[in-house]
Amino acid sequence: MLTAALNIAIAAVLLAMLLSLWRLLRGPAPEDRVLALDTLYINTIALVLMLSIRFDSRLYFEAALLIAMTGFVGTIALAKYLLRGNLMD
Amino acid sequence: MLEALASVLILFGAFFVLVGSLGLARLPDFFTRLHGPTKATTLGLAAVCAAFIAFAAGSGNGLSVRELLILVFLFITAPVSAFVLGRAALRRGTPSMTPPPAPLEDADDDRHR
Repeated sequence: MLTAALNIAIAAVLLAMLLSLWRLLRGPAPEDRVLALDTLYINTIALVLMLSIRFDSRLYFEAALLIAMTGFVGTIALAKYLLRGNLMD
Repeated sequence: MLEALASVLILFGAFFVLVGSLGLARLPDFFTRLHGPTKATTLGLAAVCAAFIAFAAGSGNGLSVRELLILVFLFITAPVSAFVLGRAALRRGTPSMTPPPAPLEDADDDRHR
């Protein structure tokens, strides 16, 4: 039962990632693209956690934690860049 | 039992992750699009993390709180990134369906500009 639920859930998250990718490629404003990247990394965390359960391996957990941290820093840096036009001066 | 709980939580989480991305793709302007990923996707990921904890507890290793790290980190960072993105969009004059509120007279946050 868990495997069937995981297959459905992984398909749903992949569809969500495709929708985010569509917004990333299309998004009229740069903020839309940054928000799409933010959503994309959160979707990736969900996907990695699901794959961790699917393959019964605990190694994926550290990967999910690293994606969470670097994704947050990337979002803040891109938002700062949008606001100021440069990152460090 | 734990496996059934994990299955339900996984499906719940995947549904809300999908709803969040659907909102990001379909809502009309940036400030409404900000709602989908910051709320629905965070709830979905919280459910997925809870399912991961249930699965790890059910697979014989006992209950561990290590998995809560992602959850706590995401609950701290998601509002921050949403706030920073919204502020950047407001300052840059991103098109909005409703006009943004006028700035307060005594607001001294121009120093961040």
